[in-house]
Amino acid sequence: MTPFELVDWPCPAPGGGTREEMALAFDKRRENRLLVLPAWFDEANKLRRLTVEVMRRLDLAGIDCVLPDLPGCNESTAKLADQTLASWRTAAAAATEHFAATHVLTVRAGALLAPEGLPGWRYAPVGGRPVLRAMLRARTIAAKEAGRSERTEDLQAMARSEGIELAGWHVGAEMFRELEGAEAPPGLAEIEQAALGGPALWLRAEPDEDAAQADALAAMVAIGMAGA
Amino acid sequence: MTEGHHLAPSRSAIDAQLRAILGDVLGLDAERVAGFDSDTGLFGHLPELDSMAVAGLLTEMEDRLDIVIDDDDVDGEMLETYGGLLAFAEGKAAAA
Repeated sequence: MTPFELVDWPCPAPGGGTREEMALAFDKRRENRLLVLPAWFDEANKLRRLTVEVMRRLDLAGIDCVLPDLPGCNESTAKLADQTLASWRTAAAAATEHFAATHVLTVRAGALLAPEGLPGWRYAPVGGRPVLRAMLRARTIAAKEAGRSERTEDLQAMARSEGIELAGWHVGAEMFRELEGAEAPPGLAEIEQAALGGPALWLRAEPDEDAAQADALAAMVAIGMAGA
Repeated sequence: MTEGHHLAPSRSAIDAQLRAILGDVLGLDAERVAGFDSDTGLFGHLPELDSMAVAGLLTEMEDRLDIVIDDDDVDGEMLETYGGLLAFAEGKAAAA
């Protein structure tokens, strides 16, 4: 199995300058170079293995792939609560440029960060509102289980002004407000879950993997890039 | 508008949908999920079914069964067993 590399890349920092962020890369300076924008929050954990398995397959198909950490996630030293939709879009655009990506594959809410003008695919895209809805619901259910009562409307009002912790993720007020109306920009070809021939792994209670789904997704991207 | 366009799905259709959703969430094949009866324990009985997984389950039920689930609908009884969840889904679909 080809090992991947963990590399640093300069990500624009708020207030100017850059901060080193990490990326998982299969980079042999090949012509076809795919930027992979991961799923977010809880779904990032559920889909990490599928995402990297797809990259392994694309590497074998002669395609360089890079999966950058979003600021505030994984190995990043930035605070998640400080992040905004704009800061993540800036990060995605900077990663595109730094790694000279020719194409992009977004996963779930990663579609919200698709760099303008970069061709590619969005796998099972989801808007900002459903992302928040699922996490708000997880919080109200957990509160109920703990014998407390939290109402979604109250949590939303608090989140819009102060930010909120949802399922262990600190979502800043600006990010929360932005996500309430965020839709994926048009331009990418959509790959629906049904095309992968299996159940959605982000629904799974515990992270899992599915080689057949990774094969299917990688094949669609590889064929698309070969023909481009 | 065509008559009967908004007929609620039948009870067996809801049962089948709900089993399929639970199979996806729990990572079980159709055979295992077919073995669920009304007393099969869910939330509080299966450690992997945490609040995030339940949130995903409810959201998927809304999508696939075309229902809306409010905060007030969600309680321990409805989530505790397969029978409780099915009765809830049937009630919601009939009211939709």
